[in-house]
Amino acid sequence: MKKYILDLQVKSVERVHERYVLIRLTDDKPLPEMLPGQFVEVRVDGSSTTFLRRPISINFVDKQANELWLLVACVGDGTRRLAELKAGDTLNCVLPLGNGFTLPVNFHLSPFTSHLSPFTFHLSPLLVGGGVGVAPLLYLGKVLKEKGVEPTFLLGARSAKDLLMLSEFEKYGRVLVTTEDGTMGEKGFVTNHSVLQQEQFDMIQVCGPTPMMKAVARYANEKGIECEVSLENLMACGLGACLCCVEKTKEGNLCVCKEGPVFNIKRLLWQS
Amino acid sequence: MAKLDVNIGALKLKNPVMTASGTFGYGLEFQDFVSLSEIGGIIVKGTTLKPREGNDYPRMAETPQGMLNCVGLQNKGVDYFCEHIYPQLLPTGGTYIVNVSGSSPEDYAECAARVDALEHIPAIELNISCPNVRDGGMAFGVTCAGASSVVKAVRQAYHKTLIVKLSPNVTDITEIARAVEAEGADSVSLINTLMGMAVDIEKRKKTLSIGTGGLSGPCVKPVALRMVNQVAKAVKIPVIGLGGISSATDAIEFLMCGATAIEIGTANFLDPAITIKVRDGINDWLDSHHIADINEIVGAIQ
Repeated sequence: MKKYILDLQVKSVERVHERYVLIRLTDDKPLPEMLPGQFVEVRVDGSSTTFLRRPISINFVDKQANELWLLVACVGDGTRRLAELKAGDTLNCVLPLGNGFTLPVNFHLSPFTSHLSPFTFHLSPLLVGGGVGVAPLLYLGKVLKEKGVEPTFLLGARSAKDLLMLSEFEKYGRVLVTTEDGTMGEKGFVTNHSVLQQEQFDMIQVCGPTPMMKAVARYANEKGIECEVSLENLMACGLGACLCCVEKTKEGNLCVCKEGPVFNIKRLLWQS
Repeated sequence: MAKLDVNIGALKLKNPVMTASGTFGYGLEFQDFVSLSEIGGIIVKGTTLKPREGNDYPRMAETPQGMLNCVGLQNKGVDYFCEHIYPQLLPTGGTYIVNVSGSSPEDYAECAARVDALEHIPAIELNISCPNVRDGGMAFGVTCAGASSVVKAVRQAYHKTLIVKLSPNVTDITEIARAVEAEGADSVSLINTLMGMAVDIEKRKKTLSIGTGGLSGPCVKPVALRMVNQVAKAVKIPVIGLGGISSATDAIEFLMCGATAIEIGTANFLDPAITIKVRDGINDWLDSHHIADINEIVGAIQ
């Protein structure tokens, strides 16, 4: 996919949580093609301690409105600067970067004839997210639904107030929730949710804190379910040039920015 | 339009803007942003005789106006380069230079000999200054005897333009420059990264996996400029300047301080199209100052 350097216009910046903002970007021209799970490297202007671009996952693409949404966790000076952007400002972005989540193809075919098609899985995807890791799952859910597959979202947070954009997720599939304090949904971690015991999924796609992703990967491994995770190693270039963001895999050190950020867990060394 | 071409020994560059090894991949990663054939020279990722996995993650730390890295020469080896990467480079029309590293003079020479056989690679840059590998790299670049031994071995095995990349982690960089010149280097490039450290006070640990890393970015520019100026006066061979160059103004500073060409490194991460912007900026500056040939400003500041 062709990559671009674009000065995108900030349409709005909405504080969706004390620690998160939703930045809606647009451009005069149609935005480039982007896939769920890909990311953007944004340049942070006006922060003396921020030198490198910041990789931010693509939260949502609204083709009709020509909008790109970024859900940004304010963790340091750089991301706090992004939260201070105002409508009308520009944000310099390199995009789209990396490889996204696997998408089903040929889903106009009836599931009952799927044994005739090359695809025999990805009829019942489970999308698991935690914290700001829920971000790419919204766009993924939308694209899955467009392809005729309604996903189940399993979203985890510390508390009810930390669950982000729930009403958006509900547009594209069933939303299940866990909270650590039990203020919403089932109490505990995503891996404790009863749906994992009660239902069969054939693809699990995960984005969130590493311990959560590892726990979900263990579950998927035990059950023999295909599982993809989105890694977030520290990056510099985002293009596969600097070799800083590597993950040890069965194929050796691979750049998360170029070979990922989404990896099938079979490629990783998480079992050992 | 000013005349921008420069000569590094027998190597003719269409303009003085090159890319620093390890910051531009094989160029292919940047094809969507710049036309590779318009860059003066593309110095590809450090290449060794045998494949190397590099150091463990984390390999990078952001610092004020710069970054530390300890990648550790991860690459698939020279044979992989010759068989799989080199054929992909040819159609781009770029001028490619291979950065060669090793852990013994024989290693360097063997690796250089294999690159010598590649018709369309007109030069190598010898990396005797990588701070992130224990076996070799900077170990050779910090003494005159070490630097000489590598250049001597490579000079016998390599017949095209030989650039030697110098380490700033030395007491007197001009001594090393003179030593490699005496062994037949056609050019020196400087500076490689400055050895540095970052720590995490909450974890009470060093940030990088091997504890130290090489510092690059605008924060090193004044050090680089000083060293380029000193070396340019100490040797007769052309000097290639690098260290924190992020704009045409930075590039012109290095040229005036004695560099015949420059390399852009870390700035490629911030703006993947920076190389062509710097080239255009140099041209505009020369035009606005009615200077017809870039070589007129090389060494203008003694």
